[in-house]
Amino acid sequence: MARLTPDNVRRCRDLIGLYPQSRSALIPMLHVAQEQDGWLTPEAMEHVGEMLDITPAEVYGTASFYDMLFTTPVGRHLVSVCTNLACLLNGGVELLEHAEASLGVAAGGTTDDGEFTLEEVECIAFCGAAPCLAVNWRFFGSVTTDAFDHLVDDLRTGRLADEVPPHGTLCRVRRNVGLTAGDATATPVAAPAAGTTEGA
Amino acid sequence: MLTDAAAIVTARLGVPNSWTLKAYLETGGYAGLRKALSMTPEEVSAEVMTANLLGRGGAGFEVGRKWSMLAKPRPAYLVINGDESEPCTYKDHMLLEADPHQIIEGTLICAYATGAAQAFIFVRGEFALGIERITAALNEAYAYGAVGPNIFGSGFSVDVVIHPGAGAYICGEETALLESLEGKRGFPRDKPPYFPAVKGLYMQPTVVNNVESVSNLPWIVLNSGEAFKGLGQGRSTGTRIFSLSGHVRQPANFEIEMSKTTFRDLIYDPKLGGGIRHDNQLKAFIPGGASAPWFGPDHLDMGLDQDAVGKAGSMLGSGSVIVMDHTTCMVRASWRITRFFHRESCGQCTPCREGGGWLDKILHRIESGAGREADLDLLLDICDNIAPGLSWPPQKTTICVLGPSIPSSITSAIKMFRDEFLVHIKEGGCPFG
Repeated sequence: MARLTPDNVRRCRDLIGLYPQSRSALIPMLHVAQEQDGWLTPEAMEHVGEMLDITPAEVYGTASFYDMLFTTPVGRHLVSVCTNLACLLNGGVELLEHAEASLGVAAGGTTDDGEFTLEEVECIAFCGAAPCLAVNWRFFGSVTTDAFDHLVDDLRTGRLADEVPPHGTLCRVRRNVGLTAGDATATPVAAPAAGTTEGA
Repeated sequence: MLTDAAAIVTARLGVPNSWTLKAYLETGGYAGLRKALSMTPEEVSAEVMTANLLGRGGAGFEVGRKWSMLAKPRPAYLVINGDESEPCTYKDHMLLEADPHQIIEGTLICAYATGAAQAFIFVRGEFALGIERITAALNEAYAYGAVGPNIFGSGFSVDVVIHPGAGAYICGEETALLESLEGKRGFPRDKPPYFPAVKGLYMQPTVVNNVESVSNLPWIVLNSGEAFKGLGQGRSTGTRIFSLSGHVRQPANFEIEMSKTTFRDLIYDPKLGGGIRHDNQLKAFIPGGASAPWFGPDHLDMGLDQDAVGKAGSMLGSGSVIVMDHTTCMVRASWRITRFFHRESCGQCTPCREGGGWLDKILHRIESGAGREADLDLLLDICDNIAPGLSWPPQKTTICVLGPSIPSSITSAIKMFRDEFLVHIKEGGCPFG
């Protein structure tokens, strides 16, 4: 529960540098803050506001609009079960009911040990594999009730730690270059770069 | 009929590590950008105009015409819309994960043709793997010299920024997307005066194009607008990805030739949907996402043609076809869609914010057995307040089209399945259990 770390301040400064107007960096910076603490602490939001020269209320006003940004604590694993049409037609509601019974919390709740927050979500664009869910925005399709229980078990024991980072970690690949189009001295590289290909 | 038109935007699907620069270059990647840079921006625009590429996001506006409407003041910006959120649409999600370099190449061709000062690719925040893949791809593209200063020695320079969203359906609407990109709540802007081509990002002229739309550009530049126009019929040219979902045996994304392919082909062909699960009867299908009015089996032989579907009172929209078999409760289906719009309303306009909530509650009470006889008229009356006349395309009492999209499923369900509503009300419950 703190302000941004020095490393995250640097990341945020880099983000600000990518936009013609600094406030455009607000949502990307909030993702950094959420990665740091798992949710948006008041201190981190205030720090983000200072960096952008906007008030904490303006930061909160933007953050509170968006479903992915949490201004209250969230479990380490955010389990997002879809019940929108394609999933509704393929057992998504039954999957959500099973998830509630299995985790012992209603949708919107967090388990006592802080491991899981369960939420019902709108379409997450994985409809070819309905019913589907996401854990910290890593997608799982054609989820049967048995598969759900195995998934929870794997998450609890850390067997999926590589595939599913803690809640708030959105993108594990960092942009490695600033804006360069205005740099007349830069010369393009002719050959393809090797060894930087794996996204995840 | 199912034609043998080759895939354009999904050609690399299944290529090992298709998202890497290495795989991309081995399959002809960035040749379209090189060719575009050897042409004038006007020549590139002319090819796209000839192709008659219709926007693949939902509104279906001609891409070339959109570029030509860009107002003169500079700087101008380019924003690529990857905020795919229309229920049951999952094509851009797939393209972002499988072929991010193609999106970057298309973005650069568009930036060159329109003279954009900077390009932003707005990616739906939930697409974590997609964001990682396209971020890695952009790093590679910079190192390769395809982005940044003096691209491939052409003298053309532009930067591209990947911008993650944070979860809001409304940000797929282009003016809401621009607000969000400016670090604000995703509130749509009034049009006029805030047409993006005139007053867009930072109040500057801005082109907003969909991810699938720009993914077509490398092919169009390499093969010509005429070649693209040679596919499909009438205004519906080229191929298009259709996201098929619901009660079909093989729900998936299929890239098929527009217009010539029919809904029957898409749903029943063994190479595509493979028919209804368990050999059940088709009850209804939605031809273009949750916002679109529904069709029944009598529309199966219609081509996947933007104008034909529009004339028949619906839309191809986001290219999402949702199939419902005879076991589906249509009250429940329309309630679920309505609840979605109620939840996703940004809250600026009263007819959408309040009307959506009322419709949600009334449909819920019908489905749960507490409906009243007068509820059907009440539903239609509220719908009429949101979209006066209940015509197609809908009239608006709101800033954006989210509100006027709410009546689609309700009026369709009542028109096609009125008896089913009445059974719910008379028997005090859902006959489907």
